[in-house]
Amino acid sequence: MSAVTDKAGRPLIAITGAGIVSPLGRGKTDNWAALTAGRSGIHRIARFPTDHLRTTIAGTVDFMTAPEDGSTALTYALAEAAALEALEEAGFSSDFGGPLFVAAPPVELEWHQRLSLDAEGAALGEGDAGYDRILAAARATPHPQHSGNVYFGSTALRLKEKTGARGLPVTLSTACASGATAIQLGAEAIRRGEAERALSVGTDGSVTAEALIRFSLLSALSTQNDVPEQASKPFSKDRDGFVMAEGAGAFVMETLESARARGATVLGILEGCGEKADDFHRTRSKPDGSPAIAAVNAALGDAGVAPSDIGYINAHGTSTPENDKMECLSLTEVFGEGLGGVPISSNKSMIGHTLTAAGAIEAVFSLMTIRTGTLPPTINHANPDPALALDCVPNEKRDAAVTRVLSNSFGFGGQNTCLVIAAEPA
Amino acid sequence: MAHSAVITGIGIVTAMGVGLEANWQALTDGSAPVVDADRFAPYPVHPAPEIDWSEQIPKRGDQRQMEAWQRLGTYAAGLALDDAGIKGDEALTGTMDMIVAAAGGERDVAVDAMILAEAAAGRNDIGVLINEKLTTELRPTLFLAQLSNLLAGNISIVHKVTGSSRTFMGEEGAAMSAVQTAVARIRAGQSTHALVGAAFNAEHPDMLLGYEMNRHLARGPWKPVAERASGEGGGLVAGSGGVFLVIEEARHAAARGAAVHAAIGPVTVDAGDADGTPSRLERLANETGLDDADMIVSANSGALARNAAEAALAAARWPERPVRAIANKTGHLREAQFPLAIAVAALSIAKGRPVAPLEAAEASAGGPPGTIGVVALGHQVAEAMVRISTPEQAR
Repeated sequence: MSAVTDKAGRPLIAITGAGIVSPLGRGKTDNWAALTAGRSGIHRIARFPTDHLRTTIAGTVDFMTAPEDGSTALTYALAEAAALEALEEAGFSSDFGGPLFVAAPPVELEWHQRLSLDAEGAALGEGDAGYDRILAAARATPHPQHSGNVYFGSTALRLKEKTGARGLPVTLSTACASGATAIQLGAEAIRRGEAERALSVGTDGSVTAEALIRFSLLSALSTQNDVPEQASKPFSKDRDGFVMAEGAGAFVMETLESARARGATVLGILEGCGEKADDFHRTRSKPDGSPAIAAVNAALGDAGVAPSDIGYINAHGTSTPENDKMECLSLTEVFGEGLGGVPISSNKSMIGHTLTAAGAIEAVFSLMTIRTGTLPPTINHANPDPALALDCVPNEKRDAAVTRVLSNSFGFGGQNTCLVIAAEPA
Repeated sequence: MAHSAVITGIGIVTAMGVGLEANWQALTDGSAPVVDADRFAPYPVHPAPEIDWSEQIPKRGDQRQMEAWQRLGTYAAGLALDDAGIKGDEALTGTMDMIVAAAGGERDVAVDAMILAEAAAGRNDIGVLINEKLTTELRPTLFLAQLSNLLAGNISIVHKVTGSSRTFMGEEGAAMSAVQTAVARIRAGQSTHALVGAAFNAEHPDMLLGYEMNRHLARGPWKPVAERASGEGGGLVAGSGGVFLVIEEARHAAARGAAVHAAIGPVTVDAGDADGTPSRLERLANETGLDDADMIVSANSGALARNAAEAALAAARWPERPVRAIANKTGHLREAQFPLAIAVAALSIAKGRPVAPLEAAEASAGGPPGTIGVVALGHQVAEAMVRISTPEQAR
């Protein structure tokens, strides 16, 4: 049996459970079949009217909750489904007992709630429409039914009750790197010896008209609405923005020693995490790519491996002109021209950008890449960007034995987080 | 223990004023709290003080990109970095870890009111109305002034803190976890120096509305925290401000000759249902080791049920101990309240003087405090405790 500590003497961290929901479906089996078949989960938005919107497509998850339940209910349902799948696989029921780290989108009152509060205020005989009237309605009657939309910690607290996680759960946001940060926090807690196991979840069910408009106003979204399933085209010359999507991913992690002691199946090893913040701009990366390069190097260093040890890269690959260019530039700096021959593909070509959940979902797909020996493709790659010299596994999946994957997550606000996931040592 | 953590930088902006000295002065001189009873009546608020933003956020363009909570936080972070002697030292800021506790930003009240008015006037295609107004009326970059992680993002841009950047969410609990994580990482050798804190803008109807969904806000004339149960409403008076701490590994601080305000021990945290609150608080007090503390600084929000739970713990466990509820002077800064209470405790240790009673019900204290316990109960959920002490009395 191989060692249970890494080169730095820290406990090796086993992944013993993984769960996922994406626009492609619920659960790892359905998701992996669709993803490796190159199927797109992007479609026309049916949840709300799209009049006046520049983007009318998204990867909404429409099979979990009713549209009128709202985004907070969906965000929770996605998190719960992914977490329970991971816990079941790891052999835990409702008595998990370890800490919980949840990457969740910010919350706010939804429009139907603001409107109903304003109408309540009007019925009380209060003055003009607006916040004074809404506050009067709030003052008149408690509205605990809206708590999930004012408390940012509510998704994690509910999930704690459901799973039997211990203590005060951490809710976090590092924008589009959030899911990876949740995994990093879990790994760090285990390495500190605070816990033998941790549950890390990234979830996002926040495709609303207002969220879409906000990203549109920043010119971040694809407007290629005509053929929705072809809009997300990372590394293509005619890429024009990301496609918003929803989903959740979850990992159960524990010390390799504990996993072996209780006879759990070790799905893989969370070998390393690295991060670096960018101080250049709120939405753009430093032109020399140094923060992303530093994050990649930090993850490799934390794992104690060299670039040549990486067999596949799970790209952040958003399909925005900026991200894909900067990701290629940064990785070229670390891995060499043509990325040193290491294949790289973007799950977002099929599932879109699941934002807060993306890092966790893509970590689950990275793990499955190792376990199945199949590289998922980058679909919609009809018109390669000649400026990006990389092997993006275009359009069709590829068989390849891979023992170690780098998964990248980059976000607005200068967020850069990378994970190294590996097969269990022989 | 391989590593210990100390506080080497404090940045405070509250209704009491800007910076350490102004805030310390107000905590010791018995002055009346600054309260604005009119602007959001019937809710009193403790407003932000007058601030010359350019002192910590030199570029006007940066100031314009932020909403009030981000400016307050970025400003306070700059004060903390200045205090720690780290500001502008890119070798230190470039390797500094950052954990910010944040919620979301402030909505455009005028645009919301416009939509509500047209809806109230009888438009029945509400979804289309929302799209029409939001696409044409919202300032394109407002989203960046609302995103939770963009307070951290602005601190990276303005103060060049780039070792790492994490944002925790979830009201008071976010800051409890943030300080807990920063201290735990330092004690475990995962980090050498960290910037931790939060900011809150109470002067915005949407921020007040969040509290009022469960009717937590006090109404009518302002009262001291201990007397809120006899007043109207839920007991919580919101306050504006920002608080950041520089927490550093002790030898790292010593090696660069940094002045130490106080040592900070491991932070204990928990959360659960109301019935379990007393037993959780007892367990946290045991684990944290607060029974020898000279004083308790409370991050109490004023919210009635939680205030009562904390008072019951203090009465049973520390009946003779002086307690200082900071909310008496600043109001409740939500995510920033726990860092604020830690900052006040650290200042008291550093100054060798107890905080003066902040309301009539608070007992006077004796000589220089050696150890101060910080006790925090979120206004709805989450609890935390930590020992702030002289380095000699650190555990």
